[in-house]
Amino acid sequence: MNPSILIRSAQIALLLIGLPAVAHEIPDTTEERVKACIICHGPEDKKGRDEYYPRIAGKPEGYLFNQLRNFRDGRRHYRPMALLLEGLPDAYLWEMAGYFASLKQAFPPPEPMRASSPKVKTARELIEHGDAARNIPACVGCHGKDLMGIAPFIPGLIGLPRVYIMAQFGNWQHGALMRGRTPDCMSEIAKKLTTEEVSAVAMWLAAQPVPESDWRHAGAGVELPKRLARRCASIIPQKSNPK
Amino acid sequence: MRYGFVTILIAGFTGLGILLAPPVTLSPAAEESKAAEIRDTAEIEGQRVRGAYLARIGNCLGCHTAYSGLPYAGGHILDTSIGIFITPNITSDKETGIGLWSEEDFWRALHNGRGRDGNLLYPAFPYSEYTRVSREDSDAIFAYLQSLPAVRQRNAPSRINFPFNWRPLLQIWQLIYFSPGIYLPDTLRDDEWNRGAYLVQGLGHCNACHTRRNILGISKGDILGGGQLMGSNWYAPSLTSLQEASTADWPIEDIKRLLKTGSTSRAVTTGPMANVVSQSLQFLTEDDARAVAKYLKSLPETEPRSRGIAPPLTEEVDRQLKKGGQIYETYCQDCHGNLGEGAPGSYPALAGNRGVTMASPTNAIRSILNGGYAPVTEVQQRPYGMPPFAQVLPDGEIALVLSYIRNSWGNRGSLVTPEQVDRSRKGA
Repeated sequence: MNPSILIRSAQIALLLIGLPAVAHEIPDTTEERVKACIICHGPEDKKGRDEYYPRIAGKPEGYLFNQLRNFRDGRRHYRPMALLLEGLPDAYLWEMAGYFASLKQAFPPPEPMRASSPKVKTARELIEHGDAARNIPACVGCHGKDLMGIAPFIPGLIGLPRVYIMAQFGNWQHGALMRGRTPDCMSEIAKKLTTEEVSAVAMWLAAQPVPESDWRHAGAGVELPKRLARRCASIIPQKSNPK
Repeated sequence: MRYGFVTILIAGFTGLGILLAPPVTLSPAAEESKAAEIRDTAEIEGQRVRGAYLARIGNCLGCHTAYSGLPYAGGHILDTSIGIFITPNITSDKETGIGLWSEEDFWRALHNGRGRDGNLLYPAFPYSEYTRVSREDSDAIFAYLQSLPAVRQRNAPSRINFPFNWRPLLQIWQLIYFSPGIYLPDTLRDDEWNRGAYLVQGLGHCNACHTRRNILGISKGDILGGGQLMGSNWYAPSLTSLQEASTADWPIEDIKRLLKTGSTSRAVTTGPMANVVSQSLQFLTEDDARAVAKYLKSLPETEPRSRGIAPPLTEEVDRQLKKGGQIYETYCQDCHGNLGEGAPGSYPALAGNRGVTMASPTNAIRSILNGGYAPVTEVQQRPYGMPPFAQVLPDGEIALVLSYIRNSWGNRGSLVTPEQVDRSRKGA
């Protein structure tokens, strides 16, 4: 008999004796059910290849639900999300969205930025005032004075990786995000911005620290000006909440 | 005493009912025709209800609905080696659907593989299987489809590659490989078995996926013997090999549970089969599920087309398996257990799971790469899920951990290579 097989068998026998199966109870919770999301959207500090994945904890429930549904139905195009969510019913997506919206998690440390950079001025101008001449609204006009988003449908902009923000703008400009949906306000806005402006805004947003009191944005919903709401088909008013 | 009172009360109301009913004066002939009409309406309704069930079991919806499109309006894309098929609209719209079709036309499509215009159909429409569907069932499905609201949706034409777009080839194909014929019951078996066989071989069109096909899409004849899905990186396992997905050694109840819920303590359906469960099989009646289970269980065992060759345990292999074990501990053990025992109802066992040990590692690789949730069914609306690891683990590490899973806790299977993982990253 081959000695290596003997050794292996002995090892297996030892394993069987030494490590009894730990009967593990699986909690009947939403937290357990969204483990599939946590691998990319977890609370850990993101470095290297994980940097791209956006923070979803504490984002408004309605916004998260819309995104989940858009991914599932192929309206927001990202294959890994589409494959993961295939066939899941709306009610389950609401449950997941509600779970992440309720999380209060530490924000990643702000990314570095040179305060003297001329980009800062460009970014602050666009974020606070927009550019009326080019019909570009101010970011704060929709995403809240503190840019932390407005429940239930508008996401916060702080605490996202710079590369993620840049990539989203790139997708909006090239129609890869939310394809087939018009009007799409962010796509319209992104197309009016120059590469330098996108880069400046992304850099500035990623460099903002978030005070602990803002870790979870639970503020009451604020009505958007109707004119803006109409421009954003991505904000889908929910006729009935399936919960 | 009380009963007596109730009886009198009921009798009283009934009498009142008779008194209040408007006097009906119908001539005997009119009465008869009215009764016939009611009977007809009931019959038509009954036929539609039956048709709706049969359309479910045939999973017409699965192919005739575009990704997040309107039901039965077509536009679903089937990317095969023959070309790209875009499924037709089969709602009752007269211009873009099959609103102008007759029962006879529909039967000819199912049974003879011919369109309304008489043209031969490509067997991407599984008429090789549907030909066994009875005329009665075909008419019921047609009645149901015609009762659906018309959806006006013109789908792009299919793009068939040269030379397959040359229609006479289809004629030759039909001559050699297709003969229409209804299901003939096996008189040596009971009705239940025959019902199962009828559903599996006909409407269920299981063999459309679970068989080997050559590049021309021609089945090599080993019925339900398993095969690579055309134009897709999924492997439909053999339903006749005990190395793969044969259920010969399963209790009937387990087979039924797999069909109706997509998971048992022994197996869980993934990929296209998970869709088949949630779109179609979960709706099988208890009787039909038992019939299908009985038939599947009875299929004669065959040798698998290829057996996984477990590696000889050299030092190098041992080192690799150890590395795989470390990855398992980090990423998999939490859910699948330290002995691959899983958690019944939540996470499948990996020990003794033929889905991970069978010769083709394709499906296991895909599950690791893309993750996914168990099928949603009426009894399971909030299934547990598996994370996608495509973004987290490089090919080499996925190969190591899967090799470990295939050779632990009594499992024996061939080692998986990074190249095999890489191939699965691409493709549908």
